[in-house]
Amino acid sequence: MKQKLVIIGNGMAPGRMLEHLFERAPDAFDVTIFNAEPRVNYDRIMLSPVLSGEKSFEEIVIHGDGWYIERGITLYKGHRIDAIDRDAGTVTSDQGVTECYDKLVIATGSVPFVIPVPGNDLPGVLTYRDLDDVNAMLLAAQARSKAVVIGGGLLGLEAAAGLKERGMDVTVLHLMPTLMERQLDSSAGYLLQRELEGRGINIITKATTRAIVGDGYVEGVKLDDGTVIPASLVVMAAGIRPNAGLGKAAGLDVSRGIVVDGCMRTSDPDIYALGECAEVGGEVYGLVAPLYQMARVAAGHLAGVPTEAFQHAETPTKLKVTGVDLFSLGDFAEGDDREEIVLRDASAGVYKRLVLKEDRIIGVVLYGETADGAWFTDLHKKQADISDLRDTLIFGQAYQGGASADPMAAVAALPEDA
Amino acid sequence: MTKASESEGISNMAGREAPEPPTVRTTCPYCGVGCGILAGRHPGGSVSITGDHEHPANFGRLCSKGSALGETVDLDGRLLFPQVDGRRVPWDDALDLVAQRFSEAIASHGPDSVAFYVSGQLLTEDYYVANKLMKGFIGSANIDTNSRLCMASSVAGHRRAFGTDTVPGTYEDLELADLVVVTGSNLAWCHPVLYQRLLAAKAARPQMRVVLIDPRATMTDHIADLHLAIKADGDAALFCGLLAHIAASSHLDRTYIEKHTDGFAAALAAARALSLDEIVRQTGLPAGQIGEFYRLFANAERTVTIYSQGVNQSSGGTDKVNAIINCHLATGRIGRPGAGPFSVTGQPNAMGGREVGGLANMLASHMDIENAAHRDIVGRFWGSRGAAEKSGLKAVDLFRAVGDGRIKALWIMATNPVDSLPDANAVQAALEACPFVVVSDMMADTDTVRHAHVRLPALAWGEKDGTVTNSERRISRQRAFLPPPGEAKPDWWHVCQVARRMGYSEAFDYAGPAEIYREHAALTGFENNGSRDLDIGAHAAITKAEFDRMMPFQWPLRQGQPDGDTRFFADGGFYTTNRRGRFIAVDAARPERMSDAFPLVLNTGRVRDHWHTMTRTAKSHRLSGHATEPYCEMHPDDAAVLGIGAGTLVRVENAHGTVVARALLSDRQARGSVFVPMHWTDQNSARGRINALVPPVIDPVSGQPASKNVAVRVAALPVAHYGYAVLAARPGGDMPDYWALARESGGWSVEFASFTGVGDVSTRARAMAGAAGETELLTYRDEATGSERVALFQDSRLIGAFFFSQRPIVIARAHVAEELHTVFGDPRSRCRVVAGQPGSGRPDPGRIVCSCLTVGVNQINAALDGGCPDADAIGRALGAGTNCGSCRSEIQAIINERTTQAAE
Repeated sequence: MKQKLVIIGNGMAPGRMLEHLFERAPDAFDVTIFNAEPRVNYDRIMLSPVLSGEKSFEEIVIHGDGWYIERGITLYKGHRIDAIDRDAGTVTSDQGVTECYDKLVIATGSVPFVIPVPGNDLPGVLTYRDLDDVNAMLLAAQARSKAVVIGGGLLGLEAAAGLKERGMDVTVLHLMPTLMERQLDSSAGYLLQRELEGRGINIITKATTRAIVGDGYVEGVKLDDGTVIPASLVVMAAGIRPNAGLGKAAGLDVSRGIVVDGCMRTSDPDIYALGECAEVGGEVYGLVAPLYQMARVAAGHLAGVPTEAFQHAETPTKLKVTGVDLFSLGDFAEGDDREEIVLRDASAGVYKRLVLKEDRIIGVVLYGETADGAWFTDLHKKQADISDLRDTLIFGQAYQGGASADPMAAVAALPEDA
Repeated sequence: MTKASESEGISNMAGREAPEPPTVRTTCPYCGVGCGILAGRHPGGSVSITGDHEHPANFGRLCSKGSALGETVDLDGRLLFPQVDGRRVPWDDALDLVAQRFSEAIASHGPDSVAFYVSGQLLTEDYYVANKLMKGFIGSANIDTNSRLCMASSVAGHRRAFGTDTVPGTYEDLELADLVVVTGSNLAWCHPVLYQRLLAAKAARPQMRVVLIDPRATMTDHIADLHLAIKADGDAALFCGLLAHIAASSHLDRTYIEKHTDGFAAALAAARALSLDEIVRQTGLPAGQIGEFYRLFANAERTVTIYSQGVNQSSGGTDKVNAIINCHLATGRIGRPGAGPFSVTGQPNAMGGREVGGLANMLASHMDIENAAHRDIVGRFWGSRGAAEKSGLKAVDLFRAVGDGRIKALWIMATNPVDSLPDANAVQAALEACPFVVVSDMMADTDTVRHAHVRLPALAWGEKDGTVTNSERRISRQRAFLPPPGEAKPDWWHVCQVARRMGYSEAFDYAGPAEIYREHAALTGFENNGSRDLDIGAHAAITKAEFDRMMPFQWPLRQGQPDGDTRFFADGGFYTTNRRGRFIAVDAARPERMSDAFPLVLNTGRVRDHWHTMTRTAKSHRLSGHATEPYCEMHPDDAAVLGIGAGTLVRVENAHGTVVARALLSDRQARGSVFVPMHWTDQNSARGRINALVPPVIDPVSGQPASKNVAVRVAALPVAHYGYAVLAARPGGDMPDYWALARESGGWSVEFASFTGVGDVSTRARAMAGAAGETELLTYRDEATGSERVALFQDSRLIGAFFFSQRPIVIARAHVAEELHTVFGDPRSRCRVVAGQPGSGRPDPGRIVCSCLTVGVNQINAALDGGCPDADAIGRALGAGTNCGSCRSEIQAIINERTTQAAE
């Protein structure tokens, strides 16, 4: 007798979890999915290329309808779950469907943070979360008028670059002195700003939004120095919050997100949570690599096969703006116990910085040339001792081993014999 | 004329494929082997150089230096116009001034107040007129030559034993011998083509034995069956002991001794005075090794003892030469095929200079200045009045006389005494103090030229025309194949023009070198009648056309008897008054120069790919890659005691001076000794002039300085920053405390260091690169290790890459230098320049071993990894060692090293 598995949410994390689950225990569960978005599972990371026009939605679909049919999955598109009844072991959607579960997975993701200023609910103020947001932005972009993006982080800059591609006059407002300050140090942030400005995007740093102004529709953004930046579209990209409300309402332990253990179990052993809505080890995650790890852990546990518990790992950040190569990983704050290796070529737009502690990589910033990001990530993850690689470390994997320096070069190319 | 000389000297050696320019038969201007070269100039100006297969010195072989001659004939840095006090003047003004100042000095202070210091790189004709002017007409014998630094002890030893300066044997003897004793000579690097001939002979006749006697295990060690790592100046004792052993073991040729020689009993008595214990003490060799050498020598009927600077450059150099000759006289092994003592010279025309009397204690044509009959012959031949009657000042004394004011006017030709003489700083001071210094040179700025009041532009190799004599008495033509640049003129012309202006027009009226050669040849035969060894009287009436066609020949070439064995003394016939050879009772006492303050013995010498003071070889990037800076080779145990790490900088010093050099740690160097090459000057390094440390200690007989046994101390040098840079342009401006400059195919490389810190590295880099206009800056900084790197770009090209570190720089230098050729289309790829090594897929050739074909040590190792079993296979796979062969010993050393490692 198959158990009944219900999943709330159909994003990348549960999608990946199902792939693992069907691989390990193909016949263990009858699966039902409720997706608040009226569509199949797609690659949310690739929304920016859809916005910029480099890709179509079809190209970023992960699981098409056939995939669900083949596996006998019931997918409710456009159904938001309103309530979980843990005693009854059921969930009920906003369209009145109720399903029983033996095991429940909550994967409700995150919600964009909308800054609490007057006018933040005016028509023309959008967030950047899903395909609907992209479609709304594309519609607005057809007017080829002015857009303001609030937030110079990863999402905000991708949105800004996409809107610029679509022909809008774009201004980015960023609260901090340099862009992407959580992922980049100030040097790389400055190079990035210069690059984006070179593409015609206006960037105002240290910009605090006081209000969004407009009469019935957004007309501009007012800063606390009184400046008003005209805009017919405002995109809020000032961060995300775990979407944990459903779990909280169901009485599960919730802190910033729904609290789970290393196996992705919530305080109710029949209920799992994963993805951006989950909090594990006190951390919430927004990047895909840890979410995929959660998916693997949850699937293994559901399938009843021994699986390593979720482990925290720093995750690299890449900005998906064509022509901007940017990579960031880990911790790059300065400190007495830290050493750094820095490579700069300002005219070529290349900047690389490695932060080391006790001969281990703890932080990486690559700008302009990021091909070795994966290698640095691997060294960082393994906490490899880099002392033997140090002199060529920043130049990447191709410069290690193999073409070793001539041992006699240590004595300045002296003859081997005299 | 010999039969061979009937063929054309100039021929069209048209190639089979691409049209080759007409080639000219000429002779290499480097060491005393005197290899024949076919040189051609392409219409575009490039020069092709190949070995002359018909030349009996090399039969087509060339070494790395000879092969690279085509890269050294550019006009960069050449002196092209006469200068007085640094200003260009017409020739007439310069020559008038020289004649006037010399004449004034002679008039006021006598003939001995003037001097010439000339060179083994002059052609015989240049040398002849210089000697004729000084000894025959000025009336002083104050003409000495840089051959004093390399050959004087051999000359003196020859004259004591033979009555004249005669090299008895020929190169062929090396190939015919059963035992070749190489003593005081790194033949593999300093006479590479002779070494190649020896190598080939030993391969063909493996029973041949080679003994190397050298404090260092040089590359020549690779051919040696026995290496005697002798203490400096232990050789006289070793060969005295050999003489005693020969006598004791009944290997004496009593017939030869009795029939042809004098002085045997006294020489043997002196030799026998040394006990074996004493020989062991003086040589530092195990008694067993000494015995093995003695037995080998005693039993090999065909023995050649080949020697050069390790024997000559000694305060007992002449005695060492005679100790060697004694053993050959005692066994009758002289002048016979495969047997004889054999001095090989370091310069292309040391022998020619000796032939015309270029040394202060000789006259001309191997005649003696002290011999009244000889003076009479020469005086009458020249038609000179007031010719010199006594020896002049030998090099070291000559510059001492310059320093203390006795010499009022000095003319230096084709040599660089500020770098090459002992106590070189004192030489520099002497030149600064001298009232009138003339320098004839091809280069506009050398450490010597910069002190000249008058600079006379001379022709260089490839431009000048005349003859040279190699170490086996073979006279060859150097022929011009390049036009004279600017207003440069041949040295003989300089001399003759000044002589005419001093009033000696008639005696110095030559249309060209053929006329000078003819006169020289005539003098050798003049009233000779077999009384003198040097006789090329057969050429006394040579025409210009015959001179131009002249093929290499060995003297003697007597009028009327042109053919025959050219060896000397197999049947006696020495040139002493009684025509008997002389044994010399040798003083074998070894000088002890070390002290507590200066406990190490310094040995100086050459590297494989550089020549003298590098004015020419430093122009070639291929030659510059082998050894890029002055180094101090020392034993790792000595280094450990002194706290010196491999590749760090050291100070080598004594009371005379200080040199800064790179520490090269090697167990090829005996404990207690160091080796520093002699080539580096102030033109291409800071503090690299090793001859500044050599004291003016000379052999009392020959006057040759003792450059191989110098007491020094070596100390680790505190360095704040080590550095290495490649640059598109020659660096200028304010250089760091230490630097050494080398040519690269795309520009220059510099090893450098700062003792106190270079300050801001980007500022330093810009200054050294001399960057004008907009440059783009790339920086790398690892603050914790102190490693900083800077690259400067201009128009997509690298103009400078700099590496700074608190430790010696460990990078793939050849690879970085190659980046000077790269056009960086995508600027984001250019940060690789400061990686200091190639990425995967771009192999680093490593330190260049084969300079002809630019093959590096990493490539050789890779080929060995790939299954190449030996040096021949390496040659087939990579071409390395197949051109000149000079690097074959090093390739073999790499193979041996790996075999040793594998065995361990």
